[in-house]
Amino acid sequence: MKYVGQSVRRLEDPPLLTGTAQFVADLSFPNMLAMRVVRSPVANGRLIEVDTAEADKAAGVIAVLTASDVDLPPIDFRMTKVGGLDAYRQPVLAKGRVRYVGEPVAVVIAEDPYLAEDAAELVWAEIEDLVPHLDPLNPGDFDDGLTSAVALIEKGYGDVEDGLAASRHVLEVELRVGRHTGVPMETRGAIGVWDAANDAIHMYGAAKVPHYNRSAIATMLGLDQDKVQLHENHVGGGFGVRGELYPEDVLVCEAARRLGRPIRWIEDRREHLIATNHSRDQLHRVKVGFDDTGFIDVIDDEFWQDQGAYVRTHGATVADLTGAMLPGPYLVPAYRSRGHIVLTNKTPAGTYRAPGRYEGTFVRERILDLVAAELGLDPVETRRINLIPPDRIPFDRQFSALGTGVTYDSGDYERLLDRVLERLDYAGLRADLEARRANGEKVGLGVACFVEKSGLGPFDEVRVEVDSEGSVEVITGAASLGQGVETSIAQICADEIGVDIDAITVTHGQTDRIDRGMGAFATRVTVMTGSATSMAAAEVREKAVEHAARLLEANPADIRIERGRIEVEGSPEGPSITFGEVAAAAIESGGELTATAEFNTNHMTYPYGVQAAVVEIDPDTGACRVTDYLVGYDIGRSVNPMLVKGQLVGGVAQGIGGALLEVFRYDESGQPLATSFMDYSLPTASETPDVAVMVTEDSPSPLNPIGVKGAGEGGINAVGAAIAAAVGDALGDHSAVTELPITPGTIQAILHRA
Amino acid sequence: MTAPRNITLLVNGREYSVRVEPRKTLADTIREDCGLTGTHLGCEHGVCGACTILVDGAPVRSCLLFAVQCEGMEIETVERLASDGVLHPLQEAFWEHHGLQCGFCTPGFLMLAKGALEEDPALTGEKLREVLSSNLCRCTGYQNILTAVEAAAARMRP
Repeated sequence: MKYVGQSVRRLEDPPLLTGTAQFVADLSFPNMLAMRVVRSPVANGRLIEVDTAEADKAAGVIAVLTASDVDLPPIDFRMTKVGGLDAYRQPVLAKGRVRYVGEPVAVVIAEDPYLAEDAAELVWAEIEDLVPHLDPLNPGDFDDGLTSAVALIEKGYGDVEDGLAASRHVLEVELRVGRHTGVPMETRGAIGVWDAANDAIHMYGAAKVPHYNRSAIATMLGLDQDKVQLHENHVGGGFGVRGELYPEDVLVCEAARRLGRPIRWIEDRREHLIATNHSRDQLHRVKVGFDDTGFIDVIDDEFWQDQGAYVRTHGATVADLTGAMLPGPYLVPAYRSRGHIVLTNKTPAGTYRAPGRYEGTFVRERILDLVAAELGLDPVETRRINLIPPDRIPFDRQFSALGTGVTYDSGDYERLLDRVLERLDYAGLRADLEARRANGEKVGLGVACFVEKSGLGPFDEVRVEVDSEGSVEVITGAASLGQGVETSIAQICADEIGVDIDAITVTHGQTDRIDRGMGAFATRVTVMTGSATSMAAAEVREKAVEHAARLLEANPADIRIERGRIEVEGSPEGPSITFGEVAAAAIESGGELTATAEFNTNHMTYPYGVQAAVVEIDPDTGACRVTDYLVGYDIGRSVNPMLVKGQLVGGVAQGIGGALLEVFRYDESGQPLATSFMDYSLPTASETPDVAVMVTEDSPSPLNPIGVKGAGEGGINAVGAAIAAAVGDALGDHSAVTELPITPGTIQAILHRA
Repeated sequence: MTAPRNITLLVNGREYSVRVEPRKTLADTIREDCGLTGTHLGCEHGVCGACTILVDGAPVRSCLLFAVQCEGMEIETVERLASDGVLHPLQEAFWEHHGLQCGFCTPGFLMLAKGALEEDPALTGEKLREVLSSNLCRCTGYQNILTAVEAAAARMRP
């Protein structure tokens, strides 16, 4: 039996089920101290002085550090650097200016977290209030003489102006996606441990990109890279926000070095909601040209992305992906995207699961619905005539995303659409909803198509080692945020070598175990790490075959390895040995069963999907309930269908949050209004329907040896789009929904207007 | 008021003598003073339910109780569920049905489900969904958690 393609239960679950897992807050070290961050209570102001005298004297306090004590460079960009952004990077501690409520101005180090929190209340930051900038359409000064409109990201092809002039119909619309974000159940945390004997620092609580962060911390602290080691422990969800380099990560390391004692910082939920990356928050103004059949000739989009107070590690990533992925699965002969990244006095924003696509898909699919409504056409048929046909794929979009050319590598979009329609019984469902509406119910259906991306390069490296017992260790610089990395990598490795999956352990996120690694983001791990694993494991298998052939005195071509047993083909009664015996013999003879492989790629691979939502609206309260949801998704090849489905369903739930519930609002003075789970509402089991999932394997990727594409972001991608369409359908007005989240207030306003 | 007090907590059938300030939460005390870190803190204001444990058999938010309130009560945490290396039917079902991804909320859901099923072994369907909506999960979309609890409940029924 092969493991790949099977719903193998996860290797990582037992410690998580029994309470023995080690999340960062579960770790402690002898003589450990607690760090508490003092944060700005003001959205925009001149920081005159930070008075720490009272806090210094408080019980249990070891040190209070401000920008005048800690002179470190600002946090640099990890991705999508565009010129001219350096001045907008965030310092680890505010110096002379605060730019959002929640910005770190000092840290208190004390004997325990309660005492650190007590003392933090005594730190007095004297701040001269300035008028906050909260509207990205009206940029102000980031600093004296430095505008807060920091960058314009442009993409496109074809002649947009001529195209619009020549179009039979032109439609203009303004669309918004609210400010919301990943909000993993585990808050951030970091422990810095100084190793005085080796002048080295260890940071625990790393996630997502340990190797990159190791280099960044080394640079900031002025240490050689080999003097900084990052350790990933269990991580309670990532979704893009966790594991990026934040001020607190650097501060625990710096404090540990200064004080010579381990320093632990565990974020509380209020801090999380004002200090960890926000996301989304875009306003789009779109012009669309189309003909009588609903074929879209031109999309001309200008958007403003409110990226908060500083440009953090993601640089221009979200705007870049928004522009690159907005045309989605449609031909769109002429396209222009102009994305303004604007800073405001709000929490800095970065990526959140399907960055730029959740937003862009909402915009694009709203357009399709509007075009269909304007012409009185069926929304699904309007999508169909715009889809890129299979004979045009590979399809070159003629621009780049994240520095790689956007070429859809494989796909048959119409085929998937047809399969989804069949599964829905589209005609029957529409008739049924029509009848219910005629009966006074407010119910509706929305369908949205999308293209996802996955497998961002440029490389991934994997080392496979076998010990003399035959235990196999896969060592990778990838990271695990809860996706099931260990299981899927072990499945690939087990198949390639021919051993039992229980013989395999997967080590990830440890910078002292492998020199290089890219981490886990952009739905890259199964594609990149999986491919490198398959290559390294194949090499190990080849070596094992050579040794086994020698031991069994057989032709290497006749050696078969299956579930850890090695036999000679054609002689089932003949001698057989175990994989462990071969490993022992290999090691005894001075060899080893070890291989390192690197997988490189310059192109991402593009899965695609269709989502459908049915909603029910309560006209009295304006509440919208998602009653049915379907995800159709082509993944090329599925390593573990159960995990794929888990990713897609989980993504849908998060997408429902952004579509109906979650939003960070601010008052006119820049005070955040959502700072607890009482005012930032996550979907619970009551708001999340059972999601039907149809995973297809029609279009394996030609870009990697195993044909896989990623599942991580395919669930969330089109949820805002599908629900918006369903609400429009339920209310009988496709132009009504122009903004996410669709709150009961929005729905009531629409109902009263009608 | 803030002077530390010596108290004895009965956790998972074992007595722990600890010295805590009255303001120290039960969750922090279980994690730090009893060394049982399977109980997780996701919000510390009683919404997410990651810190759910059983106190005298009822599911409670351990972040909303002080340790000094809980002397003499029977406290049960996730570490109690498996015995002698044999997983509880709820743990087995969560594993089998992929009811966890990052696993951070899992101990809270396991304890919530255990308490709820002990009170009403017939709990199922929409009522079960309503009970499980007391806790937050950000990874799974809840579907597999519901399936797992239904499956475990069926197995646990006499």
